[in-house]
Amino acid sequence: MSKQYETVIGLEVHVELATRTKIFCGCSTAFGGAPNTHTCPVCTGMPGSLPVLNKRVVELALAVGLATNCQINQYCKFDRKNYFYPDNPQNYQISQLYLPICHDGGVEIETPEGGKKIIGIHEIHMEEDAGKLIHDDWEDCSLVDFNRSGVPLIEIVSEPDMRSAEEVIAYLDKLRLIIQYLGASDCKLQEGSMRADVNLSVREAGAKEFGTRTEMKNLNSFKAIARAIEGEKARQIDLIEAGKPVIQETRRWDDTKEYSYAMRSKEDAQDYRYFPDPDLVPVIISDEMIDATKARQPEFRDEKMARYMEEFGLPAYDADILTGTKKLADIFEATTAICHNPKKVSNWLMVETMRLLKDREMDADKIRFSPEHLAALIQLTEEGTINSSVAKEVFEHVFDEDVDPQAYVEEHGLKMDNDSDALTSTIEEIVAANPQSVADYKAGKKKAVGFLVGQTMKATQGKANPAMINKILTEILDKM
Amino acid sequence: MANIISDETIEYVGILAKLELSAEEKEAAKSDMGRMLDYIDKLNELDTSGVEPMSHVFPVHNVFREDVVTNGDDRANMLANAPEERDGQYQVPKTVE
Repeated sequence: MSKQYETVIGLEVHVELATRTKIFCGCSTAFGGAPNTHTCPVCTGMPGSLPVLNKRVVELALAVGLATNCQINQYCKFDRKNYFYPDNPQNYQISQLYLPICHDGGVEIETPEGGKKIIGIHEIHMEEDAGKLIHDDWEDCSLVDFNRSGVPLIEIVSEPDMRSAEEVIAYLDKLRLIIQYLGASDCKLQEGSMRADVNLSVREAGAKEFGTRTEMKNLNSFKAIARAIEGEKARQIDLIEAGKPVIQETRRWDDTKEYSYAMRSKEDAQDYRYFPDPDLVPVIISDEMIDATKARQPEFRDEKMARYMEEFGLPAYDADILTGTKKLADIFEATTAICHNPKKVSNWLMVETMRLLKDREMDADKIRFSPEHLAALIQLTEEGTINSSVAKEVFEHVFDEDVDPQAYVEEHGLKMDNDSDALTSTIEEIVAANPQSVADYKAGKKKAVGFLVGQTMKATQGKANPAMINKILTEILDKM
Repeated sequence: MANIISDETIEYVGILAKLELSAEEKEAAKSDMGRMLDYIDKLNELDTSGVEPMSHVFPVHNVFREDVVTNGDDRANMLANAPEERDGQYQVPKTVE
């Protein structure tokens, strides 16, 4: 490549809102129902049925808009986007084109170079999801499940402000955390509750005009997004270098083949003939509603991180990890509130919890143990009831089954043995049985103590207090 | 009739609406649509500067539902309207984008 190119990226991010019911009817949004068991005349587009807007959808969309520094269209309305496809039973999708609920916002990201940058948000609008199509190659037909039809979405449209895959990931991560902290969605790319379409073009470095862009769909992990951006950038540069035009089209990313394919376009050009939906009345958002939503806003990640460092004296690295998912932050705060030992709580979350999450291939959101039980475990170690290796063992059971550590320790007889007379005689026996180690120790090999401590631990089935073993053992050896 | 609808336009509108029109139907639609546009031109003669665009005929706003599940599983009834069904789903001709 002789010339230098710049990649220009804008995102359309769809987020499924965490409501109990669909946007325009009282059908459940719960996942995993048998096909078409969460449907009614409204979400299957039966003639004569009428949509009624779910108030919670407006509240959540407004909360996301305010948290991303958007202006609010206090008079907003819904429009119909017309197209034919079997996953869309009305032959139109109810969306917002002319007066979307939020516009002109932005979030700050950290760039790979360590600087800060604002990624603009062009608009956020409310709309309904489509149904799910399963293609049956054998029978040469498609099967439609409308359980997802009418599930509320917000679409967050960014400005073309991103210049690399890293910036895209940083922006998505920022959105994800804001929305998760608000409780507006769980934002899982793999499960489709957060979906990103990538609009990408390249231009020669320094050029003023944008190049022709393509839109890429079917990106369901951060890694796939990063690979798709690299792949599409290379494809467009190859075309430009070869003197061929980049065609404005929608492409589908195939992550296993690491290549994108032009999607067969919907018949003819896309002409959605938007018009105001006459079945829905306008939404007027009062100043009071905006003020109340602002007042209800939770502490967001950046504020939380700063507070963890200041209030609890945690290092930046720990504060970053603990606030990286809302679940961890919630557990940290709840546990600290009980045991008032932020350093220990952080330690358990940063070390053992992270290890077990990795080992069990789990997301932090799936953590089941209660803050009460982690606090109880910390209490048991702090007061010297159990030693640290027993604590780790008990923690695995707390992590997996949320056992009560107090009861577990009692039941399994794991209390640390603080009976110094019994321990002294055990150590004396071990010292007598291992003259070589004693000789090594006397010859200056201080490491030999480790072996004797190990033997003592073994003899006490791990229940002895290690500090006490060390003290008694050293006394005995030094007297010899 | 001031507005003349071209053959290309009627063809395009037919495709968008998924309608196959006969030659007579096309002519009739062209003349109907031309008259509709004439009427819009008539409306455009009004001075509407300073008038907010109306998005709904009723002076009503903020009609909401609470976020409460009111519908149960009514699949049997819903699928009664399906042209064809299989495994609790609507069966349609294979459609791949």
